[in-house]
Amino acid sequence: MMDRYINTPLTEEITKDLHAGDFVYITGIIYTARDAAHKRMAETLENKGKLPINMKDNIIYYMGPSPAREGRVIGSAGPTTASRMDKYAPKLLDLGLKGMIGKGKRSNEVIEAIKRNNSVYFAAIGGAGALLSKSIKDSKVIAYDDLGTEAIRELKVENFPAVVVIDNQGNNLYERD
Amino acid sequence: MREISVNDIIKNVSEMCIEINHHLSEDMQKAYKKAYDNEDSEIGKKILCQLQENMKIAEEDMIPICQDTGMAVIFADIGQEVHISDGNLTNAINEGVRKGYVEGYLRKSVVKDPIIRENTNDNTPAVIHYNIVEGDKITITLAPKGFGSENMSKVYMLKPADGIDGVKNAILSAVKDAGPNACPPMVVGVGIGGTFEKCALLAKKALTRKVGTNSEIEYVKELEQEMLKKINELNIGPAGLGGKNTAFAVNIETFPTHIAGLPVAVNICCHVNRHVTREI
Repeated sequence: MMDRYINTPLTEEITKDLHAGDFVYITGIIYTARDAAHKRMAETLENKGKLPINMKDNIIYYMGPSPAREGRVIGSAGPTTASRMDKYAPKLLDLGLKGMIGKGKRSNEVIEAIKRNNSVYFAAIGGAGALLSKSIKDSKVIAYDDLGTEAIRELKVENFPAVVVIDNQGNNLYERD
Repeated sequence: MREISVNDIIKNVSEMCIEINHHLSEDMQKAYKKAYDNEDSEIGKKILCQLQENMKIAEEDMIPICQDTGMAVIFADIGQEVHISDGNLTNAINEGVRKGYVEGYLRKSVVKDPIIRENTNDNTPAVIHYNIVEGDKITITLAPKGFGSENMSKVYMLKPADGIDGVKNAILSAVKDAGPNACPPMVVGVGIGGTFEKCALLAKKALTRKVGTNSEIEYVKELEQEMLKKINELNIGPAGLGGKNTAFAVNIETFPTHIAGLPVAVNICCHVNRHVTREI
């Protein structure tokens, strides 16, 4: 297990060198999307439409923040359970999505898609939304504003802490025994 | 007959919503500290340290402990000598939740309809459980429930022949399935007996009992202690990354049941186990 400082875009050169158990500190731009945004993106793809964000070498953070107080960038901002996005994730990974940040287990289909695309699944600490918000330096809604907390946000993060749970070889930190 | 104005209810409920989302009760604070002190896993200790830091930031900077500020679950014990004035009690509780979540910068996580899924934008309605009791007071317990752990909760309609071993298997199996999804260290609320809905309610209520206390019924107390030990041997650990603190507590409540049944509900709560009680 190593401490790794990485920058976005998350290229294959970076993901190939990440291993389950590594602590990473992410700097750069990442995007939020959770249940409702994923459903809408899936519908857009079905209708041959254009997604609001480019998937290639990007990271999606499964997160819906609490509202920001005046003068603050964001409210509490910890990860939500990733498995609810399992239905949608393989398609996005095949479109070039390189990283996902959430918490909890992933399906076999997602793990296969991670391996196939040299991607990576990170976990942030669930229930540490106040602490994690400190690594978010800017936040703006870039799509699906009507979804409120579930809108797609572009976040500028600095040394955002996460752990590699599933690496591009399919090693899984949750399966230790 | 004592008169209580709905305005008192609104004020108290809204304050409780804001308070409990930024500051956990003393029993939970003690549980975190105890877990940190006895954790052997290096990664587990690191996570527990960050969770304590998270609570400190939440309180000092008024940022909710977790962005999932929950669906407001309320247990309202109404003294039968109380007369409610100036309005409708249920409306007042919901008004308190609305005020607390809007004015307190808490997340609005409730949708109007389970299928259509349009956000109500004020976190109402609350889920309210009324109970008529003796006396001239109203006691309100608020327990905002996050759904990462709620989704991992289960009801088992066991049969009498399954006995206490069946109950043990049910609890362990729910916790194993929940694993990292439920943001361990968890608090495990268990309801045994009653009917299908009664055991679920007992399990929810069990989550509001102070962590570190045990049932007054001897065999239930032993069961709580045994299950906590077994759960903490699963090596799920803080954030599911290994360690001996998978659960802070197992709280079990029981109720008489039918000769043909043995219902068991396991309501899992994450480490942000929010519960606060006020007497009005």
